[in-house]
Amino acid sequence: MEAQTYEPIKKEQCKAVNITGAEAMMECLVQEGVELMFGYPGGAIMPVYDALYSYSDRLKHVLVRHEQGAIHAAQGFARVSGKVGVCLVTSGPAATNVVTGIADAMIDSTPVVIISGQVGSNLLGTDAFQETDVIGITQPVTKWNYQITRAEDIPWAMAKAFYVARSGRPGPVLIDITKDAQFNKFDFRYQKMQSIRSYQPVPQPDLTKINEASHLINLAKKPLALVGQGVVLANAEKELMEFLEKTGIPAAWTILGLSAMPTDHPLNVGMLGMHGNYGPNIKTNQADLIIGIGMRFDDRVTANTQRYATNARVIHMEIDPAEINKIIHADVPVLGTVKETLPLLTQKVNKNEHTQWLEEFNACYRVEHERLIGKELHPEKPELTMGEVVRRVSEAFDDDAIMVTDVGQHQMVATRYFKFRQSRSVVTSGGLGTMGFGLPAAIGAKLGAPERHVCLFVGDGGFQMTIQELGTIFQEKVPVKIILLNNNFLGMVRQWQELFFDFRYAQTELINPDFQTIAKGYYIPAIKVTERENLDDAIKTMAESEGPFLLEVVVEKEGNVFPMVPSGMSVDDIRLE
Amino acid sequence: MKEEFTLTVFSENVVGLLNQVTTVFTRRHINIESITASASAIKGIHKFTIVIFTTQEQVEKLVGQIEKRIDVLKAYYFRNNEIVYQEIALYKVPTKSLLEGNEVEQLVRKHGARILELTEEYTVIQKTGYKEETQYLYEKLQPYGLTQFTRSGRVAVNRLKKEPLTTWLKTLEEDRLKVEA
Repeated sequence: MEAQTYEPIKKEQCKAVNITGAEAMMECLVQEGVELMFGYPGGAIMPVYDALYSYSDRLKHVLVRHEQGAIHAAQGFARVSGKVGVCLVTSGPAATNVVTGIADAMIDSTPVVIISGQVGSNLLGTDAFQETDVIGITQPVTKWNYQITRAEDIPWAMAKAFYVARSGRPGPVLIDITKDAQFNKFDFRYQKMQSIRSYQPVPQPDLTKINEASHLINLAKKPLALVGQGVVLANAEKELMEFLEKTGIPAAWTILGLSAMPTDHPLNVGMLGMHGNYGPNIKTNQADLIIGIGMRFDDRVTANTQRYATNARVIHMEIDPAEINKIIHADVPVLGTVKETLPLLTQKVNKNEHTQWLEEFNACYRVEHERLIGKELHPEKPELTMGEVVRRVSEAFDDDAIMVTDVGQHQMVATRYFKFRQSRSVVTSGGLGTMGFGLPAAIGAKLGAPERHVCLFVGDGGFQMTIQELGTIFQEKVPVKIILLNNNFLGMVRQWQELFFDFRYAQTELINPDFQTIAKGYYIPAIKVTERENLDDAIKTMAESEGPFLLEVVVEKEGNVFPMVPSGMSVDDIRLE
Repeated sequence: MKEEFTLTVFSENVVGLLNQVTTVFTRRHINIESITASASAIKGIHKFTIVIFTTQEQVEKLVGQIEKRIDVLKAYYFRNNEIVYQEIALYKVPTKSLLEGNEVEQLVRKHGARILELTEEYTVIQKTGYKEETQYLYEKLQPYGLTQFTRSGRVAVNRLKKEPLTTWLKTLEEDRLKVEA
């Protein structure tokens, strides 16, 4: 098949320079505003790295310890900065090592561009050294991917890659480039892409749907808004608050919608889903109107869909048409970016208050606090709980740090008890649930928002999945604060074994190394806390330290995360203990 | 309730597009009954005709997921009564069986088939029709020493009175020509 040439760059638009494909890649990155990338060199990408050597004044490159670290760091960078994360790796095993992160970025709608080297085009399909069909492998987990085999295709393919990654519902794009295309010289000229005929990134808002939605909102007695990452990705936090404050509608959030509104806002009623707050789960089935705002009704949010939102009409505000009616039927779908649709809706709706309804959420919170939150934050037992550590750390940074998590019990506890003042303060693997995400993502987050504090919460399981990135932290002197919540268990799986598999702890207990010694090996200052009385001092030492820091806290060995909606049950079957 | 649906997908003509479309089905464990892919009337645009057996609810989601692919222009689904469709079948029989009596020749005439190629050894017969019809002829020809049989995927045109896509594609084509000029 012919290579694509349907979006030609007009000759008169800019002057051509005769450069190699590898140099062209650098030029494209500069023109797209890239300043930082994460990667690992190797045979099939060497010409690009050679070009990078000459561009080191304009393009900073962070050398990770494993390609999975590169992609997660790029994700962390993208999530806090709103810019496209860039990841540079070689062919074969390097390309397959980034697949987990690509799948993670796909399901969590994170804009990243991955550039992978490839064997020479004459060797494609011959089982050459370090050849793998990366296009075939990544096709289902990328928003778009493309293999460049001719240097001439670099400008449009790179322009399209960045355009696709950042526009509409963002996502990962992989560009695979053969070694010969990196070496070959051609007349380079660049133009950013503005549109693609087969792709409509943002659907036009339909005013009749806005009217229908406002009608439902004005009539509703018990409305509940569900805030997702769509609000953050559209930079529509202000528009969200204007809508909520005018209508007085209580708002709960998905894990990726966390920090879109400040924790202490009176209309913020807490987290949805399996380990979310009591009120939002119970009240989902009492609400007469559910307004999904930039969220996708994930199964961890809805639990049993047959018994979800049983008394409610549903308004679904969403940028991706494929999400409408995918899980939950939308009575009124409102397509478009919430940046546009929320203000249109705010104009139409009546000013309102739902004092009584909001008070019901507060009553639920009081129940949850009495039976659960109080015990988690101020335990009477001697063992430290994850919740108290999270809350102390949050307070030590004035409730205004970026929180990065790994996956598991500590992730749920961190999202429940860390507090936020501003948006883009959460980096967590929501959809894919990737253990090992945390440490490299925290590196990316710190480099994406150097002026802010970055706190990583990680378990002893996930920490060891990408522990080699301590080397990156040391080499780049990335001042991330690592809070290792160590219970010597794969805690979430153990919890399920306790609750649903009759305490049969199959392969969940970990015999761990001495993390203090490991930190010392990487020249990272570390403290281990085993007693409550030492916790505050240790956190203070960490908060006041300049560089990276590892705070290891030995927590309750068999603690459980509650509340919990057991799988297969309904949101209103939520258990407090 | 599951029923037969015909999907029509218009896409850019790019490497790997077929894979992009088929993984949407693979991931949901849906079998493709037949698939036809070829250039459309517009330069650079490919058309896929895919037949699947599924529910209305599922087919709506599938079309959404296919259309979400960046290189796909449009995807539609139709029930069988909304389209005119045909498949083509080729049959290879020994010429001997044709010469030994007039049954094979009668079958060819009766079924509106035609002889494409006739050599001393074999004869190739072509029939266009619905799957049941080409299947029926297959069964009828079997006693005469049928040596090869092959059937294509479906080709279809819809019965819609308006042709919004064709108009839109034409505008795109005119724009492309302008840019290239």
